[in-house]
Amino acid sequence: MNFKKTVLALSVMAAATTSANAAAPSNEEIWQKLLEMQQQMAQVQEKNQQLQAENESLKTKVEATEKVALEATEAAEAVAIATEEAVKTASSAMDKNSIGGYGELHYNNLEDENGNDTKEIDFHRFVLYFGHEFRDDLRFFSELELEHSIAGDGKSGEIELEQAYIEYDMNEQHSVKGGLFLSPVGIINETHEPNTFYGTERNNVEKNIIPATWWAAGAMFSGEIGNGFSYDAAVTSGLDVTAGGTKTTYKIRDGRQKVSKALAEDLAYTGRLKWTGIPGVELGLTAQYQEDITQSQDATAGSATLLETHAVLQRGAFGLRALYATWDLEGSGPAAQGYDEQTGWYVEPSFRINENFGVFARYNEWDNQAGDALDSEYDQIDLGVNWWPHQDVVVKLDYQMQDKPAGGELDGFNVGLGYQF
Amino acid sequence: MARLSQQYRVKQSLRLLGIALLMIAFSVSARGVYQSDEAFLNEAFNNEVPRSKVVWNKGELRQAISTILGHDYAGLRIRYWKDNNRSSWILEEIGKEKPITFGVIISDGKVEQVKVLAFRESRGDEIRHPAFTRQFEQAELESNQLNRQVDGISGATMSVRAMTVVVTLALYLAESISTE
Repeated sequence: MNFKKTVLALSVMAAATTSANAAAPSNEEIWQKLLEMQQQMAQVQEKNQQLQAENESLKTKVEATEKVALEATEAAEAVAIATEEAVKTASSAMDKNSIGGYGELHYNNLEDENGNDTKEIDFHRFVLYFGHEFRDDLRFFSELELEHSIAGDGKSGEIELEQAYIEYDMNEQHSVKGGLFLSPVGIINETHEPNTFYGTERNNVEKNIIPATWWAAGAMFSGEIGNGFSYDAAVTSGLDVTAGGTKTTYKIRDGRQKVSKALAEDLAYTGRLKWTGIPGVELGLTAQYQEDITQSQDATAGSATLLETHAVLQRGAFGLRALYATWDLEGSGPAAQGYDEQTGWYVEPSFRINENFGVFARYNEWDNQAGDALDSEYDQIDLGVNWWPHQDVVVKLDYQMQDKPAGGELDGFNVGLGYQF
Repeated sequence: MARLSQQYRVKQSLRLLGIALLMIAFSVSARGVYQSDEAFLNEAFNNEVPRSKVVWNKGELRQAISTILGHDYAGLRIRYWKDNNRSSWILEEIGKEKPITFGVIISDGKVEQVKVLAFRESRGDEIRHPAFTRQFEQAELESNQLNRQVDGISGATMSVRAMTVVVTLALYLAESISTE
């Protein structure tokens, strides 16, 4: 303080001597000025100390706030992690069981050449899938179906077990199934949910020749063999086309035993090779051999062989399905009425207008009695549109024009509503 | 003596063959984990993986994500790895019943690569093949959708759909972080 006073005094005196011409203030005035300046200095210093104190307190507050912010961020992270873990745990517990299904309601408005009409509404199929994962590599899958709404004696419907198998993954490429499963043949035999195909009813070629939907019981090895090739090899129960009830002898579709106390006298061996090497392309080839198509009940019938090949193409908006299938039945029994050869094929070009609409046309030809000279060939032209309000829901409208050798051909239109989940 | 040892040799060979076949049949545990997350990231960033960051699934972003996926995203944060203009995303989406793990690399707003890291369903794993994933290369975002059509695989439409929405999501998220 003394030093400052001295400096102050000196500078005042210096100022006083440099401005020698100015009227020198009296000693009294100088003293007053000094006292004033001293007062001001004291005030400034007081203010300075006040500000310093405030600054310190602000610093402390900021530090505290930063700490709170950091803790809040850490808490948010912890909540996020905990929530994600909880969601994962909850969903993985549910994961093991799966429920799914599909269904289709059909309206048929058809008329034959004599003007007799068939108008029908039918909930054609109501299907439930149940699956369970025992382990990553061992699972169960099943399909239970109710057809035509009501099953039972005298009723039009049926309850059927269409799939029920255990599948084991031997490694990344190969797996084996044991149980009741769909035969690896055709296009719609394995993938027949209503939103996956055009046309209200399943096409008549696969229905009458494959015969879709066809399932059997036994064991099947499936896997990938590289370059886009995959295979299926199955040993299963076979068909039985002997006479009985409403079945037409030797007609392949009536031979489906559906694994219901199925006669297993003679088994069926099926092999399929599929190629999906390019996106949008599927080529398939199936061969099946049955030791005895009548389960050894009919001496005039013998073995049967099926050969089926198909292509499914979807490139951009253009689609094309083409399939050819032919059965060769041995024995004089089937040959007598031409059932020794049962053949069919179809071509179905389609155009997917956008995500919600697609149109198609299909030409079908099939003959269950192709072996003899009589004309027993059926053909059918279908045209229609599918509307998908959602990828799993579909509304279908299609026109059909049939040509049957013995008359009774049904022309008209069908409307369908289908879903899958 | 000679005959005995020949029988013995045959038996031993059959035993060895049996063991070998069993080993082949039971080899490889978890079905379809084609590449670990770590390996994918190491490959993407040449072993110099940047520190991960997160995008919070909230607000406007949450809405957009829901629209792209067709359902709410089951998570609070989405992790990503970014280096210059390249970002890497590991996202899961359910195909038909099980989640499929995808690894997507976005570079300058375009798809550089998409890989199936793990596939858990019994059908449709063809989508992991290069012939299929190549269709997504250089794809861009257009009105929050993929700017191209992708050819599917019959019998695996759900897996294809899953891959498409995941790639679209990655493009959208890459765009949203590029403004940071």
